Amino acid sequence: MANEGKTIKVLLSRGDNSNSALKEYEVPAKESQTVLDVVTWIQRNLEPDLSYRFACRVGMCGSCAMTVNGKPRWTCRTHVSKVMDGDKTITIEPLRNMPVIKDLACDLNEFFEKWTKAKGHFIPTKTRDDQVQLISPNEKARREANAGIECINCGVCYASCDVVENDSSYLGPAALNRAWTLVNDVRDGGKIERLKAVTSEGGCQSCHSQQGCTTYCPNTLNPTRSIAGLKKVAAIATLKGEM
Amino acid sequence: MLSIKLYIAQRLTAMLMAPLVLLHLGVMIYAIQGGLTAGEILGRTQGSFFWGLIYGLFVVALSIHAAIGLRVVIYEWLGVTGARLNWITTAIVILLLGLGSKAVYAVVLS
Repeated sequence: MANEGKTIKVLLSRGDNSNSALKEYEVPAKESQTVLDVVTWIQRNLEPDLSYRFACRVGMCGSCAMTVNGKPRWTCRTHVSKVMDGDKTITIEPLRNMPVIKDLACDLNEFFEKWTKAKGHFIPTKTRDDQVQLISPNEKARREANAGIECINCGVCYASCDVVENDSSYLGPAALNRAWTLVNDVRDGGKIERLKAVTSEGGCQSCHSQQGCTTYCPNTLNPTRSIAGLKKVAAIATLKGEM
Repeated sequence: MLSIKLYIAQRLTAMLMAPLVLLHLGVMIYAIQGGLTAGEILGRTQGSFFWGLIYGLFVVALSIHAAIGLRVVIYEWLGVTGARLNWITTAIVILLLGLGSKAVYAVVLS
């Protein structure tokens, strides 16, 4: 093995909001090693009380996001070789813009509360007794919705957003992207109600289109585009007096 | 701290200003061809309804547009909210409208 005997220098954030510091560890280098592998190795071999989150390890559950060398990433799909800087050091910290519970585990309550605030739930217009509605995947609205539905709620976009950092009321890219997929869902019955929610205080109009969310989204979604769509639809609805 | 109505106002004023800025830049390039003198500028603008309207519209659009932009900066960077933020926004509109109107008056009506 090419990495036999080699180690990686890791700086890991320990502590919570009020008191945290980077602590240094040496971790054996392995082939195809992910950042999550590194964190897990430290927890299993050096620091049994290290707190961090993960579940699926294959980029589906969205629970393992952390800040790696200053950038928010999904750690289970981020190879160490990709993020190593010149010093052969890797710095792993919790996500930005969220309170830290301990070490690498953040409190995501506010993040998910904002999904609820943005009315990120489907409002049905039919019952189980109705025929299943046929929707062509080629319809414009459906294509818009499809472009945003692969969100895994990892919080990377929220952590990368400078508007979230400066405006605690801002709903954030993930919640607004979710709202945009529902605005484009022809089966949904809550369009106006949802547009009112996403244009209330901290709504889509607060986005500065800096595109941090789009840059870092691990699923290569484009929340900035979704938010721009919401702005346009909400502005037209306001001018028409529908809201 | 930006309502959807203020957002729309900022976008509409931007749409109004875009062609006015291009026109303004075009006139600047045209005006300096034979050297730049106050007499030449005033000769074009004084008593002109057209230039009065153009620059008057520009001043109104700019005052609204810039005040909304500054409102966001003041809210995000200084944390000012509520009635205080509204008063500051209004004061910026009045200040820019005053300064701009004075300039338009000077080149068109004086």
